[in-house]
Amino acid sequence: MLTGIAAPSWALAARTLRNILRRPQFLAPLVLMPTLFLAINTGGLHRSTDLPGFPEVDGFLDFQLAGAMTQSLLLGGVMQGIGTALEIEGGFFDRLVASPIPRVSIVLGRILAGTAIAAAQVVWFLILGAVFGVSFHGGALGVLLVILIGAIAGTGFAALGVLIALRARNASTVQGIFPLVFVVLFVSSAFFPRALLEAPADWFADINPLSYVADGMRDPIISGISATPVLEGLAAAAGLVLVFAALAVLALRGRLRDA
Amino acid sequence: MTRSTAVIGALVRRALNELTRVPGAALPGVLAPSIFLVGLSGVFGEAARLPGFDATDFRTFIVPVGLLQGAAFTGAATGVNLARDIERGWFDRLMVCPAPRVTILVGLVASAALRALLPATFLLIVAFALGVDWPGAGALAIDALLVMGLATAMALYAVLVALRFKTQQAAPLMQTVGFMAVLFTTAYAPMDLLAGWMRAIATVNPVTQVLDGVRQGFVAHVTWAETWPALLATVGLVGALGALAVRSMRRVGV
Repeated sequence: MLTGIAAPSWALAARTLRNILRRPQFLAPLVLMPTLFLAINTGGLHRSTDLPGFPEVDGFLDFQLAGAMTQSLLLGGVMQGIGTALEIEGGFFDRLVASPIPRVSIVLGRILAGTAIAAAQVVWFLILGAVFGVSFHGGALGVLLVILIGAIAGTGFAALGVLIALRARNASTVQGIFPLVFVVLFVSSAFFPRALLEAPADWFADINPLSYVADGMRDPIISGISATPVLEGLAAAAGLVLVFAALAVLALRGRLRDA
Repeated sequence: MTRSTAVIGALVRRALNELTRVPGAALPGVLAPSIFLVGLSGVFGEAARLPGFDATDFRTFIVPVGLLQGAAFTGAATGVNLARDIERGWFDRLMVCPAPRVTILVGLVASAALRALLPATFLLIVAFALGVDWPGAGALAIDALLVMGLATAMALYAVLVALRFKTQQAAPLMQTVGFMAVLFTTAYAPMDLLAGWMRAIATVNPVTQVLDGVRQGFVAHVTWAETWPALLATVGLVGALGALAVRSMRRVGV
């Protein structure tokens, strides 16, 4: 049974990755925009580290790096959603449904592709940080933990993208959620320390899983490896995968039932 | 002239119909600037306590950024809609209609200028409700003009991208550039507080002039010295991107 699901899922994931790599210009915004945002935040607010209550960091870039990664991973989810919606609009999705493969593979294939892209996105930002002088206090193990948390969280965001596409069924609505990426980021500690957020953002940040994902990736960068933020980051990322993958599969079933 | 006006009017009406026919697609673009206003001021609000910040309230400082972001989003949406029309074949039918291509281009981007007023209005209502001071009717009139101008410029850029890639998957390329053009300015902090490299970019970025023109009424008073560079920068952007877009339109199907 597992092989029956795994093989078509891998095949569909490989197809998705091939399609993405054929037109890499569409991959660029996933890292380009958060990179530019990273530059804007760092260039515009680099003096923020002087504020009372700001954690001890080597520089504002060190603090912002995890925020950029989180933003990039969310955009990766939007991209997977747009890709799914275009397959629905173009009729490829219907052909997949009619083919003799487990239907859950249609969702899993897209989500697995999201995992691979997410890992690559995190590596991009780690390289970028290294080039611009970020010191990784957690060392090699810390870097691996950052990639792990990022890849798992990216899987969850890909599942969220697929879920929205299955509900919306058109690409323009899915691409319209792009600004909402920032909403969930703003009410998290991705860009600024939780202690310095204004109300009610600080309250939302406490219950927002993105805060824990961002803090989990940030801790090995700015202060070494501490068990609590890393484990919370892993748990939050895993929770995102479980919840959104399950909802995406349910949405697929609902769509097939409607059809 | 009358026929051109009729074509432009029809294209504008068609674009405005999108608002009512696919509200799900338009709503995020309307809400986004307000979300940014609330979000950025909630996240970075403490930055206004830094010495040298020339506004006592970060929210007031950031309102003009939201106005221009709304314009940039609206411009990008015009390109995304054009890409969709290209994918579905509707644009091919438009190209065989007996209207000058410049007229068609004007029709496509004119809607962006009008639609940009929607997120701007919503943002201002939210801002005033949150306690941002009334900048005066004259300042708001200048703001409306600059917002419409920037939306037109961004729509022209998005049309260029849509004609080049002919797919909605190019949407992030349209959105990213407009977004960054607005933020690589004095968006987050006054010029003196920016990092050196950021100050260099903000100085040459024409959108900084537009932003200063929109911001003047919120943080001080409207002056001609702040207004004319903003108008000039807007006209320059529309002129340069318009020339490229016209060239691109004339090459379609050649």
